[in-house]
Amino acid sequence: MVEAVPVSGSLRGRLMITLIGGAAVLALLLFLALRSYAAQVAQEGQDSILRASVASILDAAVLRRGQVEIDIPYASFSMLSTASDDRVFYAVHQDQTLVSGYEGLLPAADGGAAQDGFQTIDFLNTSLRLATASRMLVGESDRTRITVSVGQTQDALAGTLNRISRNAAYFGAGFFALAVVLSLWATSATIGQLKRLTTSVARRGPQDLSPFAKPVPSEMLPLVRSLNSLMGRLDQSLNQSEDFIAEAAHRVRTPLATVRSYAEATLQRVNRGENREALRSMIRAIDESSRAAGQLLDHAMITFRADHLDKQDIDLVELVQDLVLRLTPVADMRDVDLRVHGAAQLPYSGDPILLQNAVRNVIDNALKYAPTESAVDISLSDEPLPQIQICDQGPGFPPAEMDTLASRFKRGNNAEGIIGSGLGLTIAQDVAVAHGGTLTLTNRVEGGACVSLQL
Amino acid sequence: MRILAALALWIWPLLATAQEWEDQQRFEGTEATRTLRVLSSTDTSFFAPIIQRFLREQSGWAIEYFVHSTAEIDTRFRGNPTEYDLVISSAMDLQLKLANDGFAAQINDIDHPDWAQWRQSLFAFTTEPAAIVINRAAFARQDIPQTRQDLIRALRARPEVFRGRLGTYDVRQSALGYLFATQDARASETFWRLMEVMGGLDIRLYCCSGEMIDDLYTGKIAVAYNVLGSYALARRDTHDALEIILPSDFPTTMMRTAFVPSGASNAQMGAEFIRYLIALQSMAAPEDFPLPPLNLEQGSIAQSTIALEPALMTYLDRLKRRTFLKEWESAIIQDR
Repeated sequence: MVEAVPVSGSLRGRLMITLIGGAAVLALLLFLALRSYAAQVAQEGQDSILRASVASILDAAVLRRGQVEIDIPYASFSMLSTASDDRVFYAVHQDQTLVSGYEGLLPAADGGAAQDGFQTIDFLNTSLRLATASRMLVGESDRTRITVSVGQTQDALAGTLNRISRNAAYFGAGFFALAVVLSLWATSATIGQLKRLTTSVARRGPQDLSPFAKPVPSEMLPLVRSLNSLMGRLDQSLNQSEDFIAEAAHRVRTPLATVRSYAEATLQRVNRGENREALRSMIRAIDESSRAAGQLLDHAMITFRADHLDKQDIDLVELVQDLVLRLTPVADMRDVDLRVHGAAQLPYSGDPILLQNAVRNVIDNALKYAPTESAVDISLSDEPLPQIQICDQGPGFPPAEMDTLASRFKRGNNAEGIIGSGLGLTIAQDVAVAHGGTLTLTNRVEGGACVSLQL
Repeated sequence: MRILAALALWIWPLLATAQEWEDQQRFEGTEATRTLRVLSSTDTSFFAPIIQRFLREQSGWAIEYFVHSTAEIDTRFRGNPTEYDLVISSAMDLQLKLANDGFAAQINDIDHPDWAQWRQSLFAFTTEPAAIVINRAAFARQDIPQTRQDLIRALRARPEVFRGRLGTYDVRQSALGYLFATQDARASETFWRLMEVMGGLDIRLYCCSGEMIDDLYTGKIAVAYNVLGSYALARRDTHDALEIILPSDFPTTMMRTAFVPSGASNAQMGAEFIRYLIALQSMAAPEDFPLPPLNLEQGSIAQSTIALEPALMTYLDRLKRRTFLKEWESAIIQDR
């Protein structure tokens, strides 16, 4: 009955992937941005010290009698001390010729003249940050350009960067973890609304086609609206068909009664054996039809009343005994004994008409299947719940069909030749369910079927 | 025959120059098959017990110990940086420059205080102050000067006693003398006044602490300025004749340093020797380690030990050195 619906992915999965993937990308971006910013700041720090060192050396340069003299301040190199003991290189050039310092330590020439400013170069197989500045020295007769370059390895800088990177990584990971927790929460909150709706749909009884009234998030409003309208239409169409059946049964029953009375009258007047036999068959067929029409009416009534139960305080024992009294003539005709056992009183609050209908249908069934000169036992108890059990000594239910027998128009495969519409157990079950109970079918070990109405 | 003679004549000076050691000694260990070549500025007498103890621990090794002046070490080593397995010198500035220029190998598994090592490649293992050493005889019935100012006053008071009887390093030859002089000059102007006074009294210039102490002992000179006190202390016979003064105005203290050249063929054993030196100095048993151990109360500003930092290269700058030496010469060599 429930067909497999094709599944295309998971809403939760899609949400999680989007949120967590987004968080991962953001965390990575955060890490990279933080690191590149830190690298820039750290580099600026080193550059400014190098610049100060170059400036202090350049400042000490003088031209004395045509000769360059530089009294390099001790602080020029002292300020370059780092925790990682970075190596320091320097060179002083006068118009492109080395005056002092390391040979070959020159900023990469960019179109001829050496560039002032900062560069990262390779020197003596190691990478250096090199600061360069120059100054024009004016002597008595000549002028000359002094270029000072100071380079430093970047071990301390690398150490700082590693530390910052590690912290940035922790920060990014923390952000990611937080985002994951948040996305889990957001996803479950969103899916939770859907789940709640699903649960409230699933928890409904088979007859409950009333619209959903609980507040739902605005995004789910269209779904709930269409669900409600679908159920409204379903309800309406069900009601229409029930009405139609009731109307049809009612319309059929009256003419059937008329036909039956004519048939009986004719039977009195006919003497020929084969004609009488034909008329009896006719009457039996009419009985069956009117019984079916009656049950259809009962069923329609129960479907209607189940939604609006007319609860009254009644005594189940009294109700059952009343029924037994009415059915005794039928039972006597078949030589079946109807026996009532159990509690003397069983007060219960329920719809007496529905309950009567249910019990009558079950006893009817029992009478139909009970062999002649047997007994139908009706026992009442209120442990643990009020319960009416009706057992016969007939063939019992076919075990394979036990679960489906209570469905509409379903008859056991041993019911051939016995009048019935297949609605009796359905009616009993509907009544039990309407009272919040169940209908249980069992077979007795010594033979015979048992139907329990638990209320 | 004539060719052989010519060849011999040609080779002889080469051999002669190749073996210009101040001192060279080979220490044989047990079953020595390999040789550790150590280039050092420290006199063999100080290192002999240290080396012998090391060789007792390391069997299969011999140590060849070459002694040179500090300046010569720098020249020799730069000329052939792969020939030695260990370089030990008291000229911190030259040592640091060698390390800075990438000649020293990094040894990462030595745990040494930050102030006593540079880049995990240059390791200090002694703390040795520059001292004023005087011959007590010259100061009989006189106050012993405790500061440079005191010394200037004493020299000015009795110039006739001290004329020609003063000594200090020739900073043009001795790298350690240059280091002491530049650090003194950095610390105070008093240094220049002292140099001028001493220059006026015809100061004698020496290459090495050892010679200065010899001359002090014989009475040839009465005062030696910026001598390694450890050398004087180590000579037991001089104790009565000489007084070692650590000037209280500002002491200049050097650390002897060692490094393993990055191209050393026995780098492993060189590093082992440094590890051994560091461990040995901290035990400070004078018979095993005749040099003054590292002063562990380092870091306090009062103790002005020359810091192992790139700034040491400042006075090695060609222009800076030229200026300094010009100034020094004009102070010391006044009318010569």
